[in-house]
Amino acid sequence: MNIDAELELKMREGDAPSASEAPEPDSIAPDLGPAHEPAPPVVHELRFGNAWEYSPAPETTKVEIAKSYGHFINGRFSEAGADTLDTVNPATEEVLSKVAIAGKKDVNAAVRAARTASEKWAALPGAERAKYLFRIARRIQERSRELAILETLDGGKPIKESRDIDIPLVAHHFFYHAGWCDKLHYAFPGRGRGQVKPHGVCAQIIPWNFPLMMAAWKIAPALACGNTVVIKPAETTPLTLLRLCEIFEEVGLPKGVVNVVCGAGETGALLSQHPGIDKLAFTGSTDVGKILAKIASERGIPITLELGGKSPNIIFADASIDQAVEGIISGIYFNQGHVCCAGSRLFVEEPAADEVIEKLRIRMQSLRVGNPMDKNTDVGAINSKMQLEKIEHYIKIGQDEGAQLESPTSADLPGKGYFCNPCFFTGVQPGHRIAREEIFGPVLAVQTFRTPSEAIERANATPYGLSAGVWTNKGSKMFDMARKLRAGVVWCNTFNRFDAASPFGGYKESGFGREGGVHGLRAYVKG
Amino acid sequence: MTFSTVDRVMADQRAAAFATRSIKTEAKVAGLRMALSMVDLTTLEGADSPEKVRALCRKAITPDPFDESVPSAAAVCVYPTLVGVAREALRGTSINVASVATGFPSGQYPLEVRLDDVRRAIEAGANEIDMVISRGALLSGDEDRIRHEVASTKDVCVSTGEGAHLKVILETGELSTYDNVRMASEIAIDAGLTEYDFIKTSTGKVAPAATMGVTLVMLETVRDHFLKTGVRIGVKPAGGIRKAKQALHYLVMVKETLGDDWLTPELFRFGASGLSNDLLRQLRWKREGVYSAGWDQTVS
Repeated sequence: MNIDAELELKMREGDAPSASEAPEPDSIAPDLGPAHEPAPPVVHELRFGNAWEYSPAPETTKVEIAKSYGHFINGRFSEAGADTLDTVNPATEEVLSKVAIAGKKDVNAAVRAARTASEKWAALPGAERAKYLFRIARRIQERSRELAILETLDGGKPIKESRDIDIPLVAHHFFYHAGWCDKLHYAFPGRGRGQVKPHGVCAQIIPWNFPLMMAAWKIAPALACGNTVVIKPAETTPLTLLRLCEIFEEVGLPKGVVNVVCGAGETGALLSQHPGIDKLAFTGSTDVGKILAKIASERGIPITLELGGKSPNIIFADASIDQAVEGIISGIYFNQGHVCCAGSRLFVEEPAADEVIEKLRIRMQSLRVGNPMDKNTDVGAINSKMQLEKIEHYIKIGQDEGAQLESPTSADLPGKGYFCNPCFFTGVQPGHRIAREEIFGPVLAVQTFRTPSEAIERANATPYGLSAGVWTNKGSKMFDMARKLRAGVVWCNTFNRFDAASPFGGYKESGFGREGGVHGLRAYVKG
Repeated sequence: MTFSTVDRVMADQRAAAFATRSIKTEAKVAGLRMALSMVDLTTLEGADSPEKVRALCRKAITPDPFDESVPSAAAVCVYPTLVGVAREALRGTSINVASVATGFPSGQYPLEVRLDDVRRAIEAGANEIDMVISRGALLSGDEDRIRHEVASTKDVCVSTGEGAHLKVILETGELSTYDNVRMASEIAIDAGLTEYDFIKTSTGKVAPAATMGVTLVMLETVRDHFLKTGVRIGVKPAGGIRKAKQALHYLVMVKETLGDDWLTPELFRFGASGLSNDLLRQLRWKREGVYSAGWDQTVS
């Protein structure tokens, strides 16, 4: 559209009416006194249109992707072979590459390599291990753009997030744990220097929602404590972890210290059941977590699980509402809602409910859904077709259960690729499936409450317990809530903030063990 | 009376997010031109002279002497004694004459003197008045005094000559907290501002002047007032906005907080002196592929 013409027009119209002529505000109803019914409220709507439309701002840097990828075992990339999986760009449905599926032979080789490397790596002085971790962190920073682009291509998350959140946190985790390498005995009081022992070979299985970040969360503490690693990325998002292996090569990480085997559930099963592993770590669904817990308990090896969630985000009427609404957005629409700790259950104190929902509606109108490679995209592509179908299925369930669906964003979704407009449900009852089950998508269930104790009761009434958010201006209420919420992380007047120094993990069916901080080290040392 | 509260951490986080929007190609040109049309070209120095103001007015009319399609500024903003000069220099244009008044910048004068200041500025030809509030009164809890001074000033603006729009300067740098900014915004608006009146961040005499964070708080107050009443109040960040890129970030914030209706000089302004030249520099770069040198731009 021709903005100049319109501006000119506005300027001319802008020979502004003087104050006395200014139109009467139409909502100031006559004061009828308490005996009369109030006049029905007049609705004033803001217009979020295209008066000034942002031009496309695609990230255009090209990143090389090989036709096929093998595994990374004993410091070497293997050939892909015949047995492969396609890894797809969920925003375009294009096949990016073919990635090998690790069978028994590959898993054996990887575990053997990790075992062989283990003794030397563990015996290395902490300060020496630290050098490798520092170098890895620096190389991640130097190659951050490439990694961010690859993460977005392979996983569908907006480039804005992979650039500003994922990759910086990946580097942060290596930096943070580099610092621990030679100070482990301080993390475990009572044990002297050299008395903090690694497990040996750690098998790690990670999900597709934060592919490289989850890898960093697992690899960095394992290496810092002197373990070696066999790690399996999710089948839909293996590319960035494989790229990280290039960095391991560049910095001269001793071969076999980190090994990557690609594949789907079967590879995960082979790895987790391998007799050569000393520790199991898994992030993913609660269903798989339960199976792995059984395997680990039979083998008698330690396990940490970071599983699903249905986290409550609780807004009191005394909160700063505009910022709380911002917290709803980052709680549930961050990374398309593919976040295990997403604030997917919103609880609003009844007096504030109308205002919160009205402002949420307004805020969602300026969410930009679409091409994840566009720097202005807020909500990108759903990670896979399967996940999109699952989300759509739940949206239908919500409607069938009688909750009211609202999707104020209503962007024109791209014709190709897996996209879902962010949405929320009102009129949700605690018994509804959309209020109980993890959807792992941009779908929010809104409920109300009347008292703090009711909020606690309803927030804790879930098999999960990964995170929670509390929004209030009152400090005492905040601390009281934080103490009573059964969640691994309670965010106060914020949501979805992560830091390598801060432990992360769950209660109940959200898993056990912590990642990050001093607490996260415990999972990677003996005893 | 209770006021809405603001959480600084999340408000700043939101404000910072606007600055990550990538404004390129056509959107950039349109944004730069829109920003130019929203500038209140300002000079507020003890050394201001009639000739200096005339130069500024010329710049307001034709910001880029080499490209007449560039939109004019929204207003020229001067001290009361120079209003007549500006009015004369801008005769025949639609550019507004804004005068700071009410004992600018401190406001530490008797109310009668401050109102007289307003009356004289309007009589001299100002059709926009940029008033200051008594920050000391606000900080000491005397909300009524602020209410009273804004209402009185508004009365003078309505009843003098052909009238003038009112812009209420909160001097956010002295209010210090976002809660105070929110409170001052609510008090000012509720004291009687009508459609196309403004709330404004700063005098430009106190650091920090305008920031994205305080402007966001003010935009949100304006939005809440609109949702309640349907009345559109304008917002004017002033001071500290020198670069085109900053201006575009502000426009992004307006677009995503208040929507299309506020993307007009009637409801959003930049109080600035140096900003225009950087906007022009960016426009020229878009047009000709070269940046203009400092000596290639109009001084004033």
